[in-house]
Amino acid sequence: MSVASDTDSTPQRGGIMRLWYDSEARQVIIQIFTIAVIFALVGYLIHNAAANLDAIGKTLGFDFLFQPANYDINQSFLEYDSRSTNLKAAAVGLINTFLVAGLGILIATVVGFIMGVLRLSKNFLMNRLVYCYVEGLRNVPVLLWILLMHGFIVTNLPSPKQALSLNDSFFFSNRGINMPSPDPHPLFWATIIVFLLGIIGSLIFKNYAKKVQDETGKILPVLYVSLGLIIGLPLIVYFLTGMPLDWNTPAMQGFNFKGGYVVKPELIALTLALALYTSAFIAETVRAGILAVNYGQTEAASALGLRNNRTLQLVIIPQAMRVIVPPLTSQYLNLTKNSSLAIAIGYMDITATLGGITLNQTGREMECMILVMAIYLCISLAVSGFMNWYNSSIKLIER
Amino acid sequence: MKLKSILVAGAALAMTATVANAATLEDVKASGELNCIVTTGLVGFAYTDANGRWNGFDVDFCRATAAAVLGDGDKVKFVPTTGKTRFTALSSGEGDLLYRNTTVTMSRDADLKLTFLGVNYYDGQGFMVNKALGVTSAKQLNGASVCIQTGTTTELNLADYFRAQGMSYEPVPIETNEEARTNYLSGRCDVYTTDASGLAATRATFENPKDHILLPEIISKEPLGPAVRQGDDAWADATRWVLNALIEAEEYGITAANADEMAANPPNPNIARILGAEGNYGEMIGLDNQWALRAIKAGGNYGEIFDRNLGPNTEIGLERGLNALWSNGGILYAPPIR
Ligand SMILES: N[C@@H](CCC(=O)N[C@@H](CS)C(=O)NCC(=O)O)C(=O)O
Repeated sequence: MSVASDTDSTPQRGGIMRLWYDSEARQVIIQIFTIAVIFALVGYLIHNAAANLDAIGKTLGFDFLFQPANYDINQSFLEYDSRSTNLKAAAVGLINTFLVAGLGILIATVVGFIMGVLRLSKNFLMNRLVYCYVEGLRNVPVLLWILLMHGFIVTNLPSPKQALSLNDSFFFSNRGINMPSPDPHPLFWATIIVFLLGIIGSLIFKNYAKKVQDETGKILPVLYVSLGLIIGLPLIVYFLTGMPLDWNTPAMQGFNFKGGYVVKPELIALTLALALYTSAFIAETVRAGILAVNYGQTEAASALGLRNNRTLQLVIIPQAMRVIVPPLTSQYLNLTKNSSLAIAIGYMDITATLGGITLNQTGREMECMILVMAIYLCISLAVSGFMNWYNSSIKLIER
Repeated sequence: MKLKSILVAGAALAMTATVANAATLEDVKASGELNCIVTTGLVGFAYTDANGRWNGFDVDFCRATAAAVLGDGDKVKFVPTTGKTRFTALSSGEGDLLYRNTTVTMSRDADLKLTFLGVNYYDGQGFMVNKALGVTSAKQLNGASVCIQTGTTTELNLADYFRAQGMSYEPVPIETNEEARTNYLSGRCDVYTTDASGLAATRATFENPKDHILLPEIISKEPLGPAVRQGDDAWADATRWVLNALIEAEEYGITAANADEMAANPPNPNIARILGAEGNYGEMIGLDNQWALRAIKAGGNYGEIFDRNLGPNTEIGLERGLNALWSNGGILYAPPIR
């Protein structure tokens, strides 16, 4: 209160109110209040949850993670059985989440970019078809797509005994796709090493080609050389070493196929539904990104004598990417979070294991939900962190 | 300052609104409606008929309880739940009484903080397969794809059983009985496993029930019983004795049809106590003396409820078996009302 009293000449409004009439101080006050409200709300929620847990005599604890899960999981990339711990079950689920999210993002991006470019096609039929694709997919809730795909596979494909076979090594049935798995001999390592060397080699060549182009303007055939190094060379080594790779073909045995890999209907349905649904949004993003590049850029490029595809590659796409990447990030995040709809068709992701069966069998709702939410948060932050990095690496460098 | 007081007032308001209430009996009476947790749909146990009315074995116990507590068997709101959501629905207060094919187990009682009221159906886990597979025993199921409902004792028993037999299987987890039915019929799984009663009930809804058989192995004990939240003894007492009264009623031959008359002229003191002609048993559990009379009139005694919903004359066609009265060779046995 004394602040106001011993100062100066201008007429004063009394005491603390003076702060309110100073716009800077007012902002600070408002922010302090906002933060206080947020803290109070969070605190209240925590307090309320704790009180309610207390009232029914439950305590918070994470011991259950180290006890046997007691249930089986049908798709696991880790050594897992019903005696493994709940933590292991959660890990299995997390990997399954990564798998759908990763595959989904990959397919969605490829399909989305193609559709986005085709959407700008001057061919009327193409243009309309892609328009229908986009509007059809994105205007139906993704959950319905997931259920539809799963229902389609499960009811329309034949039973394993009557499976459709391709070349007697790929089998399509309502239990999924069975395919041969590779069974490498020791000598196969040679092929793998040459393959890795090929990748390194083509990177070096790419740098070299850029240097040559900078210095002399000559364009070297980077694509063909890279393909030769990465695919051609390893193939030659593979045949020279006497094809040291066997295939484990699936064969019908009892109720199901044995041997090889199996891609279950749940994984197929979930991945395709998420990927195609998201690809519709990505297509629109890509279209918007390309349209955002001023047509003058195209004209300038052709005035310089660049061919059409070079114009696209060197002028349009780099500029369009700056518009595309931020919304693309949201689409990736959406796809990742939507993958938790897995539960609707029994795909065992992190929501179905830790947030589903473990939660239910142990009754640790609070703990499991906190963990599952934290995990999704981490995944999302990692995805957006990566995309932000990518975004800043392609942004306009002003000289 | 104003903001702060608004905040405090708001918080206090929210606080009073969410404080967990332990006096369920009073709450149910005050609201005039019993929220009863049942399945999402299992013919014979709890399902909605063509007119949208809930029917079934578990449903009738809910109605009997509403009749005892509220005086009207129709004052029930059914809360459909999956195997996974049922306990959360109970402990969060979405429902006050759980009648949902729920197996009494130690961890559910002690760790999930439920109070079980007794057993209304003695069951065990079985397997159903298509006859065309030519399977006659569960021991021949090595490598099969098995449909299971998640969040149930079923999935735990199944893992143990296959492990003990040294067999492998592909679990196909699903949420509801309806999904299990479609997955099983479309051939996504070779086998459907759940409580044997549930299998019989599900099979009854197939187009050709005769094409499917239940395998002889019963791999677990599944005593199915109602539950309430732990720590509310008054509510547990009231609901527990409604169940007991319906079983006792069968023992003493009290039916929906003759209950009124027996209440007027009780043939023996046991019946007099049950029907409120003698003593003040209703008051002991916070109800009036006609509590059991109303419960029995709502849908009959245990035997009547069983016969109407599950018995040999229904599509499901289950024998009483273990669920016959102790005096008829079964193990159904209710403590006396006295
Ligand atoms: N008794 C077991 C299984 C209960 C269960 O989920 N039963 C199934 C079939 S018998 C059911 O009621 N399904 C109805 C639904 O899907 O809502 C348990 O308590 O965990």
